[in-house]
Amino acid sequence: MPRTFEQANRRLKWTMLAPALGFVALMIVFPLVFTLNLSFTDAFGAVNADNNYIGIQNYIDALTDMRRFWPAAWRTIVFTVGAVTLEVVLGLALAMLMRKAFKGMRWVRTALMIPLLATPVAIGILWLLILDPTNGIANHLLGFVGIPPQEFLGSVSQSLPTLMLIDVWQWTPMMTLLLLAGLTTLPEEPEEAARVDGASSWQRFRHIIVPMLWTTLLTALVLRAVDALKTFDILYATKGPGGGSNFEVETLNVYAYGLTFDYQEYGLASAVLVLFTLFIIGVVVLLRLRPGRKSA
Amino acid sequence: MSAVATRTHAATVTPPPVVLRTPRRSPWGWLRGVAITIVALIFSLPIVWMIAAALKTNVQVMDPSVGLFFSPTLENFRNILADGEIARSMGNSLIVGVVSTVLSAVIAVPAAWAVGRFSMQRTGSIVLVARIVPAVSLLVPWYYLFAQIGLVGTYTVLILSHMFVSVPLILWIMIGFFEGLPVELEEAARTDGLTAFGAFWRIALPLAAPGTATASVLAFIFSWNNFMFALILADEDTKTMPVTLFNFISYASTDWGGLMAAAALMTVPVVLAAVFGQKYLVAGLTAGATKG
Repeated sequence: MPRTFEQANRRLKWTMLAPALGFVALMIVFPLVFTLNLSFTDAFGAVNADNNYIGIQNYIDALTDMRRFWPAAWRTIVFTVGAVTLEVVLGLALAMLMRKAFKGMRWVRTALMIPLLATPVAIGILWLLILDPTNGIANHLLGFVGIPPQEFLGSVSQSLPTLMLIDVWQWTPMMTLLLLAGLTTLPEEPEEAARVDGASSWQRFRHIIVPMLWTTLLTALVLRAVDALKTFDILYATKGPGGGSNFEVETLNVYAYGLTFDYQEYGLASAVLVLFTLFIIGVVVLLRLRPGRKSA
Repeated sequence: MSAVATRTHAATVTPPPVVLRTPRRSPWGWLRGVAITIVALIFSLPIVWMIAAALKTNVQVMDPSVGLFFSPTLENFRNILADGEIARSMGNSLIVGVVSTVLSAVIAVPAAWAVGRFSMQRTGSIVLVARIVPAVSLLVPWYYLFAQIGLVGTYTVLILSHMFVSVPLILWIMIGFFEGLPVELEEAARTDGLTAFGAFWRIALPLAAPGTATASVLAFIFSWNNFMFALILADEDTKTMPVTLFNFISYASTDWGGLMAAAALMTVPVVLAAVFGQKYLVAGLTAGATKG
């Protein structure tokens, strides 16, 4: 871009940016400071009631809580790693499957978009019906292949895996669409050349396509991991407050929500939220810092 | 690597044999068709099941052997719309969605232009920050802040909270869009005497209309789907559809048909958007991901 054009617009660019930037900053800076401050107090019942600074006691309480905090942290990790891994693998497989144009591509892409655009609460209710242990279609269909009826969301041990699979149903399409978009930007020559060299389709995939797609793959992974860590709607809609009677799907987000709005434990809740936010930032940094593979 | 590079070079000198370019008919092509069909069914059938259940009687909903062949009835829709709560919530969702989307576009599109035109990517990273922070950590401070000025439970606070999602989303999509527009057009307009703002207003903005439309539709859908903000910040009169739907779940055991009809009312508009705007929405959803 020519310098003159750049200089003439120096003031304009800030005028154009200010409203959006100012809005987001206002909506985020005050809450962050507020939450950080609350996390060092014994605030309880009402945020504006008298409260005392108790140092890092809330953090100690949270980090030594083996009953709710750590199990919730563990479930958050299990849910995210399990669901996102499946989504990346299936998403990549589907993207490769759909890579070359075919008749009806339009309709398949439409079908793929529906799970990720539909309202999560509605999706949750839908799966409650499908997976209903006695009257759901899922057990009916499993009966045809001789599998005994499952409890699904009605059981303590099956709830989390079931919700992970629902997440996979919801978000694999997003992975597929992102990777398909990435695949279309790749140059054809390297793969063509490898084909001429006699590389098998697996070798071409493994040594040509995956390295070239690496940036897109990593970006998609970061975006999905951040959202998966924060999953709330579908967990809350299907299992209710506390992630079920035995806290079986209580992730950090659901736990923090319950502490805040069901128990008004604002001090402790804020500490949990600060830890949770730091954890998400840690995951993003870790994934971003991973030495990007040299592209082929 | 170097072998590959040499080969590429060689290939440009000697064109590869034509036979490589002709698609080979193989059993794999047929198998691929079957696989793609199954995939499409896996992702769409549950939604079909939702709409089917909404059109069934409550006896039929509870009998999985009824399947997809039954005589449809609008009874469930009549029932849930009769008491007014659903209709009011739909109205609230519509108001909050439209107003928050329009206001977000008004402030985010010019900002995206500035970021895209003047390579201020660092500034654009605020989008990532807004995406990382868990919404629960914002709700208590927002509630506290807005309660001070008596806004809790009003449309204003719902619109502001939904804008917090829409502004970064539109910004994210539109930065990529503006970067894709050739800057020469705006430079030519400047040479012809337009101000910098004039170049944005009369050249870049009209060219960005398709992108703005896509970003706005997506922002509306995300507002339409948003559950947590209204769960805390709305009151009985302003609560949006996902919250009403959530409150309905307790009736699940008695009125699955009604529940599915309500869920279908939420989902059908989104499905229609996906069917008619497929190409644009895919472009919008995947914007920014391929440049890393």
